[in-house]
Amino acid sequence: MTDLALPQDGWIGRRMPREDTRRLVMGAGRYVDDLACRGELHAAFLRSPYPHAGFRLDLSQAKALDGVAAVFVAEDLARVCGGLICPDLAFPGMVSPQQLPLVAERAVYQGEPIALVLADSRAVAEDAVELIAVDWQELPAITRLDQSLTQDAPPVHLGLASNLGWSTQIGTDLRDAFAGAALVVETTLDFARNTGVTLEPRGLIAQWDAGALELRISHQMPHQLQLHIAELFGVAMSRVRVICGDVGGGFGLKMHIYQDELATIAAARLIGRPVRFIADRMESLMADIHAREHRIHGRMAVDAQGRIIGFDIDDLHGMGAYSVFPRSSTREAMSALAVIGAPYLHQVFHARLRCALQNKVPTGQLRAVGNPIGCAITERLVDLAASARGEDRLVFRARNLLPEAMQPWTSPSGFRLFGLSHHRCLERLQKLMDLPKLRAEISDACASGRWLGLGFASLVEFTAPNSRSYGPTGAPVAAVDAVVATLEMTGDISVRASVSEIGQGIRQSLAQVMADAMGVPAENVAVLTGDTATVPHGGGAWASRGAAIGGEAAWQAGVALRAQILEIAAALLQAQAADLDIRFGQVVDQHGSARMGLDELSRIVTLQSYLLPDGMQGQLSVSRTYRREADSALPNNGIQAVLVEIDPDTGHISALRHWVVFDCGRVLNPLLVEEQIRGGVVMGLGQALLEACSYDSGGQFISATLADYKVPMADDAPDIEVALVETPYAGSAVGAKGAGEAGACAAPAALLNAVNDALAGQGAQISALPITPLDVLRALGRVPQA
Amino acid sequence: MDNQTLSIACTINDRAIRATIPVRQSLVDFLREGVGLTGSHVGCAHGVCGACHVVVDGVVVRGCLILAVQADGAEISTIEHAATTSIGAALQAAFFERAALQCGFCTSGMILQAAELLAQNPEPSRDEIRAALSGNLCRCTGYHAIVDAVQMASARLSDIAP
Repeated sequence: MTDLALPQDGWIGRRMPREDTRRLVMGAGRYVDDLACRGELHAAFLRSPYPHAGFRLDLSQAKALDGVAAVFVAEDLARVCGGLICPDLAFPGMVSPQQLPLVAERAVYQGEPIALVLADSRAVAEDAVELIAVDWQELPAITRLDQSLTQDAPPVHLGLASNLGWSTQIGTDLRDAFAGAALVVETTLDFARNTGVTLEPRGLIAQWDAGALELRISHQMPHQLQLHIAELFGVAMSRVRVICGDVGGGFGLKMHIYQDELATIAAARLIGRPVRFIADRMESLMADIHAREHRIHGRMAVDAQGRIIGFDIDDLHGMGAYSVFPRSSTREAMSALAVIGAPYLHQVFHARLRCALQNKVPTGQLRAVGNPIGCAITERLVDLAASARGEDRLVFRARNLLPEAMQPWTSPSGFRLFGLSHHRCLERLQKLMDLPKLRAEISDACASGRWLGLGFASLVEFTAPNSRSYGPTGAPVAAVDAVVATLEMTGDISVRASVSEIGQGIRQSLAQVMADAMGVPAENVAVLTGDTATVPHGGGAWASRGAAIGGEAAWQAGVALRAQILEIAAALLQAQAADLDIRFGQVVDQHGSARMGLDELSRIVTLQSYLLPDGMQGQLSVSRTYRREADSALPNNGIQAVLVEIDPDTGHISALRHWVVFDCGRVLNPLLVEEQIRGGVVMGLGQALLEACSYDSGGQFISATLADYKVPMADDAPDIEVALVETPYAGSAVGAKGAGEAGACAAPAALLNAVNDALAGQGAQISALPITPLDVLRALGRVPQA
Repeated sequence: MDNQTLSIACTINDRAIRATIPVRQSLVDFLREGVGLTGSHVGCAHGVCGACHVVVDGVVVRGCLILAVQADGAEISTIEHAATTSIGAALQAAFFERAALQCGFCTSGMILQAAELLAQNPEPSRDEIRAALSGNLCRCTGYHAIVDAVQMASARLSDIAP
């Protein structure tokens, strides 16, 4: 498997800042809305103000407004663009009607796009939207998760017999296993809807020219989008160019296919001019995918020695009005179930899952997809079991964490776990926290009347899946990634990579991999991503795959290019390729003496090819696509801890300190991995303490501004200490596993446990996220229940 | 629905600018669409996120909450001009080195706000930095590295100050 040993003091593993950010700190980024296009029109949408309503439109006044070029409705766009139906091979029987770019006759969620105005400016387009006269017929709607499956719940789509979108059962009957248990703990946790809030909203500029589309879009997966557009518009992929420049945050939100984006592309085709659409923040909060919204009940059985026997889970998940295209809204719940109990040795597992349709925007895949739910229910049950046994929470964890000697191990739910360093991470965490001293400080503080709490959460996350994950489901999701490496005449290396840069720093990491593979300094490598006309096909940015899949493709391309170059050098220098090497951009001999610069070699091949021997073509480019054959996903692992303080008078929760020990295999660049962890932790903190997509009793969305959907600001977040443990993946040369989402996986669980630890002395318990000050006061009985 | 326009004259990044603009246009939209200075970003357009920060007459303001016509006669500077000041340049270098940005969309506003802080309080504590930046939303970093970067810039500036 390994082509070449990684160099001891190479570029991989170096703490290097990202070259890309030199531009960004100067304000010289190029996000979609920075790229005006001559002759462009601006799009604005009429969206449903009701969760469920029929409508009749009168467009005459809107069309007559000065500066308006066109107003389109569903039937106009149907002439050029098809509809979306979420593939369901993996979820047989799933109910999800077709989604059109603009909905016709009846909207099924608030924010669903109904009509599109094209005008000279966004302001005029919005004026025209207000001039569309609408006759609304409000219909009964269901938005609350706990009422969506009741007998008398109104159907989300007219004619549905039930709002059950999909259901499944996993595992075996647990009655005997649980009957013999010394202890069974149980709890129910509620998770509010969250959304991604990429600071750059979704946006695109679509321009058709003689039947070919050039699309600039803030998106994570240009090739996947290229394929969808080709199929929906009935054009060849070669006629669709998708360009993703600087992307102002993705977090999974920008993986999905949105109605308004398709509508914008269709409108550009109909009008024959470039069209720009940038979602405003209210549109984003209302109509970007949401995520989470689970009510999950968990039971965990423990034997007399304090060893976990197994888990019994019942999860109810809110899908929204459609299963999100193309990956399906059911994915999140399946991800949650996959990681329940995963850090711990156990014998039995059973889960029931029900996914409910609702008159709400679809839920989709948001950073750490499902993991915060699976991690929180597991870690809450673990804390409850330790407490019931009257023992230390870390002692209980240490006894049950999957030991390295037992790996690989296949869990009762069927997941293969290997390369996990739980006990090393736990030990490292206790040192990082200086735990005995910290516990003494907490004890002193509590004695003086402060309410402090410490929470822990172990995690396993399945990253960088291969094609066994989506391949059989019918969803067009690439699990391969590709790299084209080229030696330029100035001696530098161009790397064209199918992975996407969305701020996580993958271009810098690939440059470091290529530097080692080729024997050149990292600053002599430029990595290009995001443009289907210049980079090869592959997955883009999803499931923390950049380092593990894209990094391996870069390594293989670099190793192959190096070998090709040494063959050419050997011919030109009349030496044996085996006696030559490349170091710091120079071809060197056995003694390390420089014989020829890569710039000189490249110029000879390209400009003076008569100097090459007969029969040698002198290839200066290599393309490598990497698919991992073994191991359907790469599990990573880690543990987090957080110290919180609760204000007894106001119920306000402050996260004071946070610690993370994390193992993502080979670390390509620790500076960037640590910052991925920190960013993920604070996103998880938001979900634990602040963030909720809220609806009133009539189903109206009431968190459509950032004043109402509260995300963590600098004074909400603590300093976060991070330590990395490295257990390289043995199945690849580079050995990397995914790192981008793990911070977000375990932070909500750690915070939930910390708040409950702080409240333990008061006899209060919290079991719903986010935990607001009001929830704390209610749990304390100081404010009546809602 | 007001297409009325007005003429304004102001100084933007040391350049004198005259323009006739819609009265309802925000300052950040004018800078981006009218002047071509796209370093200030629109993250929410309702005054919460701080991505649109610009400096008007020496004070950091939200470019989405001020109308462009209100900037008539004002001296405006944007992130594109930050490198001309020692504080701005030190912050840009520190943000780069400390990886205090990921997607970069918040960075312009964050750096301008941090520059105002360092001008008023050259050696702020971590809590003071967090408080000063609490009106600037960063969705990527979790803020720890940003606080580090501001401290790094602060330390370097006090080394070179007399």
